[in-house]
Amino acid sequence: MGVTREGVEATLTSKLQPTYLEVIDTSGGCGASFAVAIVSSAFEGKRLLERHRIVNTALAEEMKSIHALSISKALTPKQWNDQQPAEEQKAPAAEVQEHPATAVV
Amino acid sequence: ASGGGGALSPEMKEALDKYLSENKVVLFMKGNKMFPQCGFSNTCVRILNSLNVPYETVNILEDDRLRQGMKEYSDWPTFPQLYIDGEFFGGCDITYAAYSSGELKEVLEKAMLS
Repeated sequence: MGVTREGVEATLTSKLQPTYLEVIDTSGGCGASFAVAIVSSAFEGKRLLERHRIVNTALAEEMKSIHALSISKALTPKQWNDQQPAEEQKAPAAEVQEHPATAVV
Repeated sequence: ASGGGGALSPEMKEALDKYLSENKVVLFMKGNKMFPQCGFSNTCVRILNSLNVPYETVNILEDDRLRQGMKEYSDWPTFPQLYIDGEFFGGCDITYAAYSSGELKEVLEKAMLS
């Protein structure tokens, strides 16, 4: 049985309880290939490599038949919230937090 | 380690330890730096080329034992895999993110001086 977008979504949802999750099927005919953007408190205090490891581990079973997995975003809910206003309208985010714009941890 | 399950023999681990201690920047990839055979591997090659550092590439498509063994060695399920100073740095997305933020350049410069 191949891996489906729904299957990847269901696994990540149950294992990482994301507050935001987007799974895109990027297979161009060469097999299961996905891009994942995920926001979860499981990433709190974790560096980028560790965050990606968390996602890989959650999908260990699926990875056996996934051809390619791209993790485009692995953010904490706080980082996600901080990003949102900046992308849409800058005005409400006037009271800038003390941390600089660390897009990548 | 996830996946593979016993693909990494003690001999292979030792050989990899040695190889990575002798080569500061190594990209385990599909294809080689002259002829990448996958878009993700190609992205990493282009990033490393643009940063102008010496690096080695290992074509995991040529050796399935190595391919399976590397997944365990790195505890990482996919390729490419970038090693800097004997340590696993990340796959394509991490390499790209670190390149964009400038972190990769710093890490590589530090490795070159060590």
